[in-house]
Amino acid sequence: MKMTAEDFVQKIKTAFPDIVEDISEFRGEFSCLISDAMRIHDVAQYVCNDLGFDLLKDMTSVDETEAQGRYYVVYELFSFTHRVQIRLKTYVPKDAPKLDSVTDLWNSANWQEREIFDMMGIQFRNHPNLQRILMWNDFPYHPLRKDFPVAGKETDSELGIHTEAAPWEGGPFVTKPGVLGTNEREPRSKEN
Amino acid sequence: MVVTTLEAAINWFRKYSIWPMPMGLACCAIELMGAGASRYDISRFGSEVMRFSPRQADCMIVAGTITYKQARIVKRIYDQMPEPKWVIAMGSCACTGGMFRSYSVLQGLDKIVPVDLYLAGCPTRPEALLDGLIQLQKDVMQEPVLRRQFQHKHFQGREM
Repeated sequence: MKMTAEDFVQKIKTAFPDIVEDISEFRGEFSCLISDAMRIHDVAQYVCNDLGFDLLKDMTSVDETEAQGRYYVVYELFSFTHRVQIRLKTYVPKDAPKLDSVTDLWNSANWQEREIFDMMGIQFRNHPNLQRILMWNDFPYHPLRKDFPVAGKETDSELGIHTEAAPWEGGPFVTKPGVLGTNEREPRSKEN
Repeated sequence: MVVTTLEAAINWFRKYSIWPMPMGLACCAIELMGAGASRYDISRFGSEVMRFSPRQADCMIVAGTITYKQARIVKRIYDQMPEPKWVIAMGSCACTGGMFRSYSVLQGLDKIVPVDLYLAGCPTRPEALLDGLIQLQKDVMQEPVLRRQFQHKHFQGREM
């Protein structure tokens, strides 16, 4: 019988009953929320080796400004043998965001983890080459965090790169993150 | 007036042999290629010799968004070009940063190198580029080649 995504998610829940906090379904896609970020590597190892999810399609992170956990990391997994996709999520501690790297299981995690580190400042233990991938090496901020202004800040670099805050910071044509409703979130102009 | 005549002749040679250095950084580079291809044909104005080495080029056409990471490379390539040299900022991103009011994008090419010509458009149409090239040729005709030994373009940007 063909295994569905729901079966696999239930298998994860039976294997790790104490840390699978929530299973959610949206349009046939199943997400598994892991409560203990310290054990994400165990779950990933089980999913990779025992359940046969051999492809990490994507890996990304989300900054929820006001939420209790603040950052969470998302793993999009696919199995070529079963033709099934599942999703793993885990909240990272917001004061010292740190996770175990899964590069030993999926090679595709290498650059994704570097990008998450670069853009959101989440550290990965046991990563073979954890350095910035998009910004230059001594850039002092993590620009995709919600508390970093889109216009940037003034910085100087030993590489000879000097940045300034872009003009029109704070308006008039800017969006407000976290505000529901298009009229409020994307005003035509703040001056009106 | 022999001097001015010789000057006019030199400028005339120069203006019909501007060898561009295509600094294609984003989508404007596609329009730059369009200007070089047969429909718009930049060779009608003597600028078909695209040189990918800065040492053999006269005019750097900066086509596209300049990120801070790329800005130092643009600056270095400009410095490698021999005099006389001109710079065209092609498209709104190269002129002012365009729609990218962002932490990663240089807010205008004139912050790092002196710019002779700003071309509007997002992206700039090939016709506009050709028009800009004609304007640049008019500029070249005005250059006092023999009357001033050393030309230093007035530039107040930041050294990178």
